[in-house]
Amino acid sequence: MAGNILSISQPRFRVQPLSETDIQRIHEATLHVIEHVGVRFPSPRALELWQAHGAQVDLHTSTVRAPAALIEKALRSAPPTFTLAARDPQQDLPLDGDHVFVGTDGCGVEVLDLESGQRRRSCLQDVADIARTADALEEIGFHWVPVSAQDRPAHTRSLHELCAIWGNSSKHVQTESIVTAHEAHAAVRLAEMVAGGPLALRQRPILSIMQCTASPLAQDGGSLEAALVAAEAGLPVGFMTMASAGSTAPATPAGTLVVGNAEVISALALMQLAFPGAPVFYAAAQTAMDMRTGGYTGGGPEDFLFGAASNQLADFYHVPLSMGSFATGAKLPDWQAGVENSLSTFMACASMADMLLGVGLLHGSRIWSYEQMLLDCEIFAIIRRVLQGIRVDEDSLALETIAAVGPSSHYLAQKHTRQNMRSLWMNRFFDRRPYDTWEALRDGPPDFARAKARQILASHQPQGMDERLSAELGDFLSYLDAEEPA
Amino acid sequence: MSTDIFQAMAQSVIDGEKEEAARLARQAVTDGIDPLVAIDQGFVAGMRYVGEQYTLGEMFLPDLVLAAEAMKAAIAELEPEMARRGTARQVLGTVVIGTVEGDIHDIGKTLVGTLLSANGFKVYDLGVNVPLQTFLDKALEVNADIIGLSTLLTTTMINQRKFVQALEAAGVRSRFKVLVGGAPVTRSWAAEIGADGYSEDASGAVQAAIQLMQGG
Repeated sequence: MAGNILSISQPRFRVQPLSETDIQRIHEATLHVIEHVGVRFPSPRALELWQAHGAQVDLHTSTVRAPAALIEKALRSAPPTFTLAARDPQQDLPLDGDHVFVGTDGCGVEVLDLESGQRRRSCLQDVADIARTADALEEIGFHWVPVSAQDRPAHTRSLHELCAIWGNSSKHVQTESIVTAHEAHAAVRLAEMVAGGPLALRQRPILSIMQCTASPLAQDGGSLEAALVAAEAGLPVGFMTMASAGSTAPATPAGTLVVGNAEVISALALMQLAFPGAPVFYAAAQTAMDMRTGGYTGGGPEDFLFGAASNQLADFYHVPLSMGSFATGAKLPDWQAGVENSLSTFMACASMADMLLGVGLLHGSRIWSYEQMLLDCEIFAIIRRVLQGIRVDEDSLALETIAAVGPSSHYLAQKHTRQNMRSLWMNRFFDRRPYDTWEALRDGPPDFARAKARQILASHQPQGMDERLSAELGDFLSYLDAEEPA
Repeated sequence: MSTDIFQAMAQSVIDGEKEEAARLARQAVTDGIDPLVAIDQGFVAGMRYVGEQYTLGEMFLPDLVLAAEAMKAAIAELEPEMARRGTARQVLGTVVIGTVEGDIHDIGKTLVGTLLSANGFKVYDLGVNVPLQTFLDKALEVNADIIGLSTLLTTTMINQRKFVQALEAAGVRSRFKVLVGGAPVTRSWAAEIGADGYSEDASGAVQAAIQLMQGG
């Protein structure tokens, strides 16, 4: 059970932009690319693994060409479902194909300060504050590292970020900011301390790890080695393609799906070759380049299509999906942010992506906004209600009540109304006030959201960590800080 | 000397046809056309048109990159002839560019290099994961005007600051202009570390480089 966390489950309808034939063609094209074009795996450990399993490896360019049968066989050992455990077991997230959970976005580099409204560089306190806010929000199921703790040393920053989140929330943490084996070893050690040892961590992975591929058709060496360390410890591991149509992928959406798919499934196959049965997930945030500037767009019709199509691919491979939705390109919580985040999240939800990344960032995942965070949660709440569909049964048809009211009266005084009104969606942030009220104040949804965020930060107390454990984590971090950067 | 061939040269750049641009460059050599005239009246005219259309929003970034590639192919064909005649193309400035150590992200930096080179800069692209010392060594070797450092990671951004410090420590800070870029890099970061220029995107980087060469 997902405890107090709100998820989408048992949707009444689904969106599927690809036909079965389409999926099969994308799959076959992907295998062709992996076998004949190849994917770069710039890590000695990864190349050795590939070689040992009979893939063709060019050591000079680190390019791996793996036969289709090897990829398909490796992927078959991936578990189709698993659970992301939380420090508080009530907040566990079953990735069983019937739940959509939302996380915070990451990893931003600036914050719109909640008090001053000014844009400034992100720091560790922001990570802690955002985690505490997320802990209080029922729509948020798990954390990414939302912003970078730029006031901590580069070689231990990702570990400070982890501990800051654990210290402020009992929900699952998925880190996307660990990119070396050295950091991954330390993260596993920290997670073992929190979980109560290596076996306890394996049984209840309170931490999962997400790595980015390096489109087109390449992996990052450090990320691969970090992922292997995490997979060995039993942490769920995912690989995210951010292939961008027109720049790091073909200008056609189908071609972009093929390139991204090749990156993701080749990386997941490697994890399975190394540790058969290790929990892995597909992750994707494809987009289309802005044709005028070359910039990352963070939203648009192609992104929305990718959001639904990616889940069809992940389902085809029987692994959970972590899908990039929200993450608007807008500079403020405005019309553009509303359009992009609503449509991208609707498409990903209506195809039942298991994890959505994520709420709160503006300007293509660069700038954190508490206002956007809460407005994004509201978008998810709206979509959740939409996907519950329309219940049609004797009670909901309400024939007796319709007869009792008859023509030209009203339903306000009906018991049936009172019995059912709370299942209608309740607004938190839309401005539905009288015009005069608005005219006097001239405020709106971002202001309402900001007030709510301030209230949460002023009052919410997360389920704390044992003091001794906190001190142990702190000691270990200090020890790591003092080490020479690897 | 026919203006037709100059028009064809311009058109090959506009169409982004690098084989055609190279063929016309070879033909110019065969016909005895001065390579500098071929560049100025032919290929550069095409590049200028593409630049104008891009600014107007009528042409897109891939048009610009394809045009730059065609331009590069043509110049490569003309270079031996320029050397033979003892002439050289006037360059706006010399740029050493790369992605800093610890970071393997290639595309933004490559795009900036391509556009700089199409706009008259001599560009030495050192690739990705480049140690700071390598930037400095190359910049000294080729007497660079501008050194461009790219990074996509917050953990490697610090290398941009370290590089500016290294230039100071080596006593050569005033010899080079430092241009920084990459997704997490902001104008305030560029100012804080004492970089000379910054841009959020590739075409802006060209403007920034031109400004730096004009002493701005």
